[in-house]
Amino acid sequence: MKPFSIFTSPMWRWPAWLGLLTAIGLVAALIVDGWPDLLSSLALGLPVAVGAWYGWCRPQAAADTYRY
Amino acid sequence: MTTARLKTWLWIHKWSSLVCTVFMLLLCLTGLPLIFHHEIGHLLGTEAEAPELPAGTPRADLDRVLDAARERAPSKVVQFMSQEIDDDRFWYVTLGDTPLDDDHQKTVAVDARSAAVLAEPKFDEGFMYVMFKLHVDLFAGLPGTLFLGLMGLLLVVAIVSGVVLYAPFMRKLAFGEVRRGGAPRTRWLDLHNLLGAVTLVWAFVVGLTGVINTLGEPLFKLWQATEVSEMIAPYKGQPAPATLGSMQRAWEGAQALEPQMRVRFVAFPGTAFSSEHHYTIFMRGGTPLTARLLKPVLVDAQTAKVTDSRNLPWYLTALLVSQPLHFGDYGGMAMKIVWALLDILTIIVLGSGLYLWWGKRKRPLEQALADLGLAGAEAGR
Repeated sequence: MKPFSIFTSPMWRWPAWLGLLTAIGLVAALIVDGWPDLLSSLALGLPVAVGAWYGWCRPQAAADTYRY
Repeated sequence: MTTARLKTWLWIHKWSSLVCTVFMLLLCLTGLPLIFHHEIGHLLGTEAEAPELPAGTPRADLDRVLDAARERAPSKVVQFMSQEIDDDRFWYVTLGDTPLDDDHQKTVAVDARSAAVLAEPKFDEGFMYVMFKLHVDLFAGLPGTLFLGLMGLLLVVAIVSGVVLYAPFMRKLAFGEVRRGGAPRTRWLDLHNLLGAVTLVWAFVVGLTGVINTLGEPLFKLWQATEVSEMIAPYKGQPAPATLGSMQRAWEGAQALEPQMRVRFVAFPGTAFSSEHHYTIFMRGGTPLTARLLKPVLVDAQTAKVTDSRNLPWYLTALLVSQPLHFGDYGGMAMKIVWALLDILTIIVLGSGLYLWWGKRKRPLEQALADLGLAGAEAGR
């Protein structure tokens, strides 16, 4: 496995990018006061939105077309 | 992954989760109101509220602030005074029957500008106190805290083993695919995998920093026994001062040493974080991170001279950095809301995990693997 290939592999890219985003969100507001607060909330909020979308909101038909 | 390996990881994931899940559910549920403890305190009227005064209103002499608090409890002695990171308009002054008394403490909130008493908040009763105690020590003191730390460690193991198992379970599925047509169990398995994946890093960080927080009391004791006792060694054997000097002058001394820093917390002579001869003034920085780090300054309680000041050891720095990462209190209201949502998703991951185990707990593992199409063959990569 090449370094960083988790960011491109079909199985791992989503969890990997969301994890990286979470890490950025956790650190940004801690280091600087002010606008990074908003960045942090967005970065932490996106994984929540992705979870909610795939978990409850996405229509089943759309889900089926992605099956492989 | 070979079948034998897969079985081992399934065993690790099952048991590390099963043992800690009930406690983690409790921690997630009690943690939810704790995220908003300031807001709830304001709503319930249990928090001190300082009036708005024009910017630049001069700050009251600290000795006046202390006198105002002492008037409310004339038989008690001051143990600590502290200030919130995000509100410097008032001081909390904590008093006790003796410097080391922690059974009959009283807290008085005093306006930092007018030295008027604002409130006498009770931190040891009410809904939020029950939530706090259940979250921190299960009403069982240090053993309870350490026990919860151990459960947190199991959560970390469950998360790591969950990541390892993600690949074989997701081999035939696209990311985020939740099969809704078939058995409810299939749907909950997919949800468990999806929500586990999206909350992964947050849950790992909050879990690990929670474990670090459970070590707070022992770590502070270690620091007292080593560095603090070194710092106060020159005063060993001397009689304790009969009267204390001015706190205001002690603060001026500490401020002169660290002009960029502000006071977070003062430990009075004879209390756990000081000697009988010193005010220990814990200074803090100005950014979200450095505001949570502390620099202790020891000031002679009679002469108001600074006698020693050192940086905290690495293990206390680690503890203090881990606190905001556990509390989620450093990014404003939007972050608190997202923190709560992530907490709720984690509750669903825990609950669905429990459901998945409960439904098939009597089924042999081989059968479970066969259902997943994983038995006998190479599973995943």
